[in-house]
Amino acid sequence: MRTSRVIAATALVAALTVTATACGGGSDTGSGGGNSAPKTLTYWASNQGTSIENDKQVLEPELRKFEQQTGIKVNLEVVPWSDLLNRILAATASGQGPDVLNIGNTWSASLQATGALLPFDEATFGKIGGKDRFLPSTIASAGAAGKDPAAVPLYSMAYGLYYNKKMFAAAGIDKAPATWDEFQADAQKLTKDGKYGLAIEGGNVSENVHHAFTFGKQNGADFFDASGKPKFDSPEAVKAIKQYVDFVAKDKVAAPGNAEYSNNQTLSDFATGKAAMIMWQSAGANLKSQGMNPEDYGVAPVPIQAGATGDKAIKSMVAGINLAVFKNTKNLDGSLQFVKFMTSNEEQKTLNSTYGSIPPVKEAGKDPVFATPDLTTLNDVLATSSAPLPQVANESQFETLVGTAVKNLLAAAAAGKPVTDDSVKAELTKAQQQMPAS
Amino acid sequence: MRQRLRRLRHPRGALPYLLLLPALALELLIHLVPMVVGIVMSFKQLTQFFIRDWSAAPWTGLGNYRMAVDFSAPVGQSLLNSFWTTCCFTVLSVGLSWLLGTAAAIYMQDAFRGRGILRALFLVPYALPVYAAVITWSFMFQRDTGLINHVLVDQLHLMDEKPFWLIGDNSFTALVVVSVWKSWPFAFLTLMAGLQNIPRELYEASSMDGAGVWQQIRKITLPSLRPVNQVLVLVLFLWTFNDFNTPYVLFGKSAPEAADLISIHIYQSSFVTWNFGVGSAMSVLLLLFLLLVTAVYLFLTSRRRDADA
Repeated sequence: MRTSRVIAATALVAALTVTATACGGGSDTGSGGGNSAPKTLTYWASNQGTSIENDKQVLEPELRKFEQQTGIKVNLEVVPWSDLLNRILAATASGQGPDVLNIGNTWSASLQATGALLPFDEATFGKIGGKDRFLPSTIASAGAAGKDPAAVPLYSMAYGLYYNKKMFAAAGIDKAPATWDEFQADAQKLTKDGKYGLAIEGGNVSENVHHAFTFGKQNGADFFDASGKPKFDSPEAVKAIKQYVDFVAKDKVAAPGNAEYSNNQTLSDFATGKAAMIMWQSAGANLKSQGMNPEDYGVAPVPIQAGATGDKAIKSMVAGINLAVFKNTKNLDGSLQFVKFMTSNEEQKTLNSTYGSIPPVKEAGKDPVFATPDLTTLNDVLATSSAPLPQVANESQFETLVGTAVKNLLAAAAAGKPVTDDSVKAELTKAQQQMPAS
Repeated sequence: MRQRLRRLRHPRGALPYLLLLPALALELLIHLVPMVVGIVMSFKQLTQFFIRDWSAAPWTGLGNYRMAVDFSAPVGQSLLNSFWTTCCFTVLSVGLSWLLGTAAAIYMQDAFRGRGILRALFLVPYALPVYAAVITWSFMFQRDTGLINHVLVDQLHLMDEKPFWLIGDNSFTALVVVSVWKSWPFAFLTLMAGLQNIPRELYEASSMDGAGVWQQIRKITLPSLRPVNQVLVLVLFLWTFNDFNTPYVLFGKSAPEAADLISIHIYQSSFVTWNFGVGSAMSVLLLLFLLLVTAVYLFLTSRRRDADA
């Protein structure tokens, strides 16, 4: 009896040691995953719909279709945006991640640099139907130039200027502004009686950096030089970001309270007529859920300076979500089958029309369901006057640091502190100096 | 007989140690290993290129530490700023929580109608899940739609214009308010338990000698509570100094400068800018600081008790 207890205790210790080793030593050095678990897949979907529940309702019927076709069961987990990057980082560090996952397309190069994602070379693309099926601008936002993409595009979006038709008519404005001068004039006219010309999501770091990027392009600023070194505080960048912050600071066409918006209050303000314009990507589904009638608003491209051409006429970043395969997957073939399924014409049509986004797959985009006036506008922006955020390894740090700098500047403006070229430059210099050397 | 005894004793001698082994192994696994890993990381240049296999990251020696404490550059400067902010925050929050807790515990010592209900009410913040409670606070602190501004500006007319609470300089006040709200019930609970041990006769005797309430508190209550307070203040200090949930839920990943607590700051340095080496170095420095403060505190308080005895 006693001996057996000793044996049991020893066995327990041994078991613990083995488990510990198994947990700790998971660094898989091979390239590309295996196929040791061919019947299941784990999929991390980003939160695209109005709620996580809503996403599950949208995706689960599609996943069942996939299971019927292939016999592979997909375990779905919808991850909120605020957690997604950290979850991916944790999975990368531990090697224990999902098989297939969504990434924000702007993170592509940063996550590519970790080496955790399966590269899509010609052969891999061949297995999912070829690279040529996708819009070129969306492929350009799937990894650093000159490298095999780390992901494939799944949903695409572009920024547009959403405007309230009734408020425009009431103020005697007959068309959406196309240049910043027109925009200023219109926004001033619309800002009265506690209503504002524009609403911005000032507390939201990613939203800030997306606009910083577009305004930067229009002012001739690139936030990284050709060798990938950060240059956040160039005079052009200062000018661009001041233009954005001045909506609150100098022009006062956006409410000071916008500086702390970070939970889509901007969309509510627009839907309830507190603000006449917003610059947003694929707002349709959300506005509808807030009770706004699609006939009540129009979508135009984001304004540019009069007569601008080339890069200075960029009106949006290439926004969207990419689909990546985790290199450590235990079901490589199944993962690729799943990617092929999700990027098939049929699924692209179903999912993008549900979420109000644009299919990055050319063939699917031709479907009449995407021929609404607002999607046509956004599609046109995406195809002709958009640019991907810098596809460099330090992109994700650029997003958080410059986005935070804009947030701080807007907070200062809202509190009535002056925003000058110098204060803008100081914030940007500080952001740049926090970049890790690489 | 003797031989049999020895045979019996022998396995009993080894068994306790063997049974302790799992606990020891787990302790090592859960506490020591991550700590050592963290210390090793702090000497490495750990960025996204090496996160998949951090042991391959190049050594940088004291580079990360040098960067963290170079107070003339932004990284060091903001760390120093965050350190002072955290110190002020901790002193205010622990001080106010302790004061409130003590006052409430003394007040609740004597039985009166409704004491039970009040006691239960006081413990509500302690019973609520931190996350839900702090989110509620963040709603109340919204500038345009929040309850706080509604009461302060619209109802009491204490201010002309609605201030921001979640951005800018006021964010520090908001942080202290939520933190005190969250931690004073613990002080209250602990001190209430401590008060049970003070013999009632002491008060009766002293009041017969003509001592007032203040004198009783100063001469009887506080000295008797000293051992409880010693632990309470230390625990509150450590919890408050390291608090992550409150600022994270209130402000998100990048806190306003005025409320940039060290825990959030380190989180941001490692996970938001993906500079895990520097983040680890900051964590090690924080650990050393907390160890030092704890040691000095324990040394001082135990010496004072020895002197009293």
